[in-house]
Amino acid sequence: MPRNASLTFLAAILSFLFLPLALAADLPALTGRVVDNAGIIDAATKAALTQKLAEFETKGSDQIVVATIPSLDGEEIEPYANRLFRFWKLGQAKENNGVLLLVAPNDRKMRIEVGYGLEGTLTDLHTKLIIENDMVPAFRAGDFSGGIEKAVYDMIMVLEGNPEELEARGERNQQAPFNSDDLFFAVFIGIWAIIFFGSIAVSVLPPIFGQKLGPGRYRWLGMTFEPSRRSSGGGWSSGSSGGGWSSGGGGGGFSGGGGSSGGGGSSGSW
Amino acid sequence: MFAQRLASPSMFRTLPAFLMMAIVLPLLAGCGYNTIPTAEENAKAAWSEVLNQYQRRADLIPNLVETVKGYASHEKDTLDAVVEARAKATQITVTPETLKDPEALKKFQDAQAGLTSALSRLIAVSEAYPDLKANQNFLALQAQLEGTENRIAVARRDYIQAVRDYNLTLKTFPSVLWATFWFRSSEPFANFTVDEDKMQPPKVDFGTKQGG
Repeated sequence: MPRNASLTFLAAILSFLFLPLALAADLPALTGRVVDNAGIIDAATKAALTQKLAEFETKGSDQIVVATIPSLDGEEIEPYANRLFRFWKLGQAKENNGVLLLVAPNDRKMRIEVGYGLEGTLTDLHTKLIIENDMVPAFRAGDFSGGIEKAVYDMIMVLEGNPEELEARGERNQQAPFNSDDLFFAVFIGIWAIIFFGSIAVSVLPPIFGQKLGPGRYRWLGMTFEPSRRSSGGGWSSGSSGGGWSSGGGGGGFSGGGGSSGGGGSSGSW
Repeated sequence: MFAQRLASPSMFRTLPAFLMMAIVLPLLAGCGYNTIPTAEENAKAAWSEVLNQYQRRADLIPNLVETVKGYASHEKDTLDAVVEARAKATQITVTPETLKDPEALKKFQDAQAGLTSALSRLIAVSEAYPDLKANQNFLALQAQLEGTENRIAVARRDYIQAVRDYNLTLKTFPSVLWATFWFRSSEPFANFTVDEDKMQPPKVDFGTKQGG
C-alpha cells in the first residue's frame, strides 16, 4: 500500500532524526533529585533526601543526585555513571559542581561520581570512605535507605566542611528567583524597540513593498500608510497581553545545570 | 526615489560593502570554515587532558612505592618493576604536534600500558599484607590511584571521540572541501587502539537459556 509505505518512510525519517534521543533512551530520565528506579528507597527517606538536597543546592548551588538502577546490563559501573552524569549534566555549567550517587542493587555495586569542580573538596578518598564506612555495612544488612541517607549526609558534611568555598560558589550562581526588575526592564526595552523600529518600519517598508495609491500614500498589508503625515490608521492598542508569566516559585521541575564530570570519585561493591 | 530621500550618496557607496560583509561572513562560518579548526583544537584539548591524567598517575607512584616499601620490602621485584615502568612511561611524551604520528602514539600507549600492569601487580601483591592494607596512607593512595585510573579511562574515551569527530571533518562532505582547499596541513590524528579484550562486550549469562 502506498499510504503504508509513505508512513513507514516517514517513521524511518523521524526515527533517524531522533536517533540521538533513541541512543540515550537506555539511560533513566532525571525525574528528581532522587531517581529510585530500582525501588530500594522508602518513600519517607526519599522525601527527606529530596528536601535536604534541594536545601543544599540553594546554599552552594551544588547538585547532588541519588540514582538507583536495577541492573547495569553487564556494563561497568564507572563508565555508566560517567555517561549518566554527563547525560543529566549535573552541577552548574561553569562550576561542574555535581555529584551522582549511583546504586545498582542487582550488580551489588555503587559509585559516587564527582564533577570536575568538586574533585578538590570531595576527594576520591572521601568518597571511598563514605562508600566503605556508610554504605557497604548498611547495604550488607539490607538497609538501602539508611545507607544512602547516611552517605548523602556525609557528602553534604564534607562539602560544607569548606564553607568559604561553598558560599563563594553559591554567590557566583545566585539562582535569582526571577528578578522583577529584570522583567520591567525587558518590557521597557521591548516597548521602546517597538516604537522606535516600528516607526522606522512604517515609514520605510510600505514604499518598498506596498502599492502606491497617491503621493505619499501607500497600501500595504491591507492598511493605508501615509509616512509623510502622522499615521492615521493602525494605531496600536496596548492590550495588556494576557500571557503573563508564572513566577518560578513552584520548583517542581529539577534539571541539571550543565555540569560535567571527568571521572572523579570512587566505586565500591558489597 | 525614497532612497534618495533617506540616504546620502556616500552612504550608498559603502552600503554594498557592508552588505557583502554581512552576507559573506556568516556564510563562511555556516559553510564550515570553522569546522576543521574547531574539531582540531577540541582533539588537542582532549589529548592534553589524557596527558594530564597520566601525569597525575605518575606523580602518585613515588609516594605509593615508598608506602609499600615500608611494609613489604621483600617484594623488591614488583616495586622495581613499577619504578622502572614509571621511568619509561614518563620519558615518552606525545605533544599535540606529534599526534599525527601513529607510531609515537603507539609507543606512548605501550609504555603507559606497561605501567598499568606493573601497578596492578603491585596492588595485587599488597593484598597479602594486612598491615599495609590497614595503613591510612596506603588507603588514600589506593583511592587516588583508582580515581586516576578512571579519569584516564574517561579522558581516553573523550579523546577517542574528539579525534573521531576531527578525522570525520577531514573526510566528509562539506568540510572536506575546506580541508583540500584551505587546511592542507591538517592531517588526521592517530587514535588509541582499543585493547582486544576490551572490544568484547562482557557476556552475561544467567543460565536462563537451558531452563527455557
